[in-house]
Amino acid sequence: MSIAQPVPVSPRRRSFAGGIHPPSSKRLARDQPIEVVPTPKQVRIPLLQHVGALCEATVKSRDEVVAGDLVGRSDDPVSACVHASISGRVAKESAATLPNGRRVPTVPIKAGDEQLEGQTLLDDTFGGEWPTLRLDLPRPDLILQGVREAGLVGMGGAAFPTHIKLALNPDRPIDTLVVNGCECEPYLTADYRLMLEAPRPIVTGALLAASAVGARRIIIGIEDDKRQAAEALSKAAEGTDIEIRVVRTKYPQGSERQLVPVLVGSNVPANGLPLDVGVVVVNVATAAAIARAVLRGKPMTHRIVTVTGRGVVQPKNLLAPIGISYGELIEIAGGLTPDAARVLAGGPMMGFTLGDLDTPVTKGTSGITVLTREDLQQFEETSCVRCGLCVDACPLNLVPTRIALAARKGAWNLAERYYIKACMECGCCAYQCPAQIPLVQLIRMGKAHLAAA
Amino acid sequence: MVEAPNKAPATPKKEAPIEPGLQVAPGPHLSSAGLTTQRLMVDVLIALVPVMSMALFLFRWFAVLQVGICVVSCLTVEAITSLWRGTRPSLQDTSAIVTGVILGLSLPWSAPWHVGVVASAVAIGFGKAVFGGLGQNIFNPAMVGRGFVMISFASSLGATAYVRSGATLEILTQATPLTAAKELSGNVPGLWALFVGNANGSLGETSVLACLVGGLYLCLRRSAVWQTPVSMITSAAVVAGIANLLMPESPLTVLQHLTSGALVFSAFFIATDPVTSPLTERGQVIFGAGLGALVVIIRLFSNYPEGVVFAVLLMNAVVPMINRVTIPKPLGGLPARA
Repeated sequence: MSIAQPVPVSPRRRSFAGGIHPPSSKRLARDQPIEVVPTPKQVRIPLLQHVGALCEATVKSRDEVVAGDLVGRSDDPVSACVHASISGRVAKESAATLPNGRRVPTVPIKAGDEQLEGQTLLDDTFGGEWPTLRLDLPRPDLILQGVREAGLVGMGGAAFPTHIKLALNPDRPIDTLVVNGCECEPYLTADYRLMLEAPRPIVTGALLAASAVGARRIIIGIEDDKRQAAEALSKAAEGTDIEIRVVRTKYPQGSERQLVPVLVGSNVPANGLPLDVGVVVVNVATAAAIARAVLRGKPMTHRIVTVTGRGVVQPKNLLAPIGISYGELIEIAGGLTPDAARVLAGGPMMGFTLGDLDTPVTKGTSGITVLTREDLQQFEETSCVRCGLCVDACPLNLVPTRIALAARKGAWNLAERYYIKACMECGCCAYQCPAQIPLVQLIRMGKAHLAAA
Repeated sequence: MVEAPNKAPATPKKEAPIEPGLQVAPGPHLSSAGLTTQRLMVDVLIALVPVMSMALFLFRWFAVLQVGICVVSCLTVEAITSLWRGTRPSLQDTSAIVTGVILGLSLPWSAPWHVGVVASAVAIGFGKAVFGGLGQNIFNPAMVGRGFVMISFASSLGATAYVRSGATLEILTQATPLTAAKELSGNVPGLWALFVGNANGSLGETSVLACLVGGLYLCLRRSAVWQTPVSMITSAAVVAGIANLLMPESPLTVLQHLTSGALVFSAFFIATDPVTSPLTERGQVIFGAGLGALVVIIRLFSNYPEGVVFAVLLMNAVVPMINRVTIPKPLGGLPARA
């Protein structure tokens, strides 16, 4: 047993090739403690909040539910069930368009009188005892079952069902569990606040997840602009074998393909998963949710959402019930400023603009960023002069300009020859492009076309 | 007086009109501040300041006149061709100025005014506009113009055109270093003179020092890649070295090869033209290596004392092929066939 200390990763592998340094703007919300959102009058629980199959409602209109009750599930193995985030009466099923453009059915719940609120809710979520040293590890299949029943998905953004990640695969032994505390997306501070204010459930969750996948090693990776978070986690992990590593701040350090090589030393194959090199990666918020699910049987009903940007009056980090609308959270943050221009689900690099502020928050909503007209520098698009800045910036070693322009011309073969499918749409290329070519949009269009073909 | 009920409430105090509503747009929603194509071009002009200063010092008003003629002609032709093609004149990207300056600096001080005008017209018209304007051309526009006049006005641009006996500026009475070497007259200036630029030649090529200073600026600002010039100069040195070993009577030493003619000037300011050079690091190294080798080979085996123009045009032609064979593998290795 060693005492965990934040250790800088060896200088040789402190970072990855490519990437960019956008202004982080995390200062806006980083010092705002987690605040509990008052119970809204109504929530709408989307029946699809993850990558995978749509859930079917298990409740019908006029049913009474208590916060934490199952409201939707699917028999499909790739799916995650959904739960009521507040107590009340179920209303008639309605549809909502999620920020990614998918229109999904939702289960609306009208709030009843009895609610878990305020400090009580915060204590219930993160407080109490989180064993790290004398943790009686449940059997892997029980951990998995707990995770599955709680409807856990990756909370870093992709929202992949967690129980699939943690399922043991005899052909692919797992050596290392990486807990991702990078939060490289500019503006967002939800993970930072969680690491600072509730490091213990993260540590407990990491131990549980490692035990489920059979990992011998646990590494928590944190960018070096969040040293306080690294210290808080080190303290919480004292006495365990968890390694806490500080990596260089660079976008997109929090992407699995960038983080795994830096922490573990092996590249993830372009068409593969970290699993292929014996690694499972979970986000810090997911780790905390695993602890809550397995030890306390609590489903994923709430998450921390950063509401930030110069377009909101008072940026905040909010503990919000799933299904509350984006608009309500913005109101709690003081509302929009007069020059607010774009409301984003997520951060400015990979976030989607919102067309409707009534859209419900899902398990994958890490933040709401409101940019002002001033933030959005808009220039006219000019011709590509093949300066190669996008090639330098691409963290996946692709040639974005070629792929994007091939897609624009409909030269699908050419786009594939330049590995269009390997692109993860991180946005580094478009951020750098001096000609303001919408590279990511073009590549996304090309991928959609090829997927449909 | 009764106020109309539908009248909008008091207008906001801010002067800027507030556009209503929120935008819906694809990400990413931030872009790197101030990084535009224009900045890349202006950087090239800034990097050319030492070279232009040296040209001004050596050739006085000949330099001003020649560069001025080319810049004005290039801008005019750019404006005419873009009007003709029905696009807005794209003068603000300053790429036409860059072409004009580089073209002017590649001409001899003595070239008559019409040479500069014709070279500019061919550079912008046939080098760029016929391909579809900025970013679409295969060949370096300045080199297309330079190559055209080099052949069309052989007497105004040949070796003898550089020399005028009895000129008040002393260097103008000497043959260019490469011509001196070619004719085995043995009158090649010393290495230091070549490095600083105290020698006859085309306006911008004489001072290796000035080119290095400007080139360093370009590479540090990442307005040009460093791989191409480094590879080009290295390759020229290697080929010149081999030539010296095989032909001991060879008129130029390796260092003389590197410091005379337009090698260093073209390595930093012509070979690095992003439009006509490869996109990937590996491609840039191959491109530079080909350029360096061709320059020395043309110097040694052709009738021309210098080989930069043809080397650049030849290598420009193979850039699409270089791009094709140097497609980088994605991080973590190839995706398996689906």
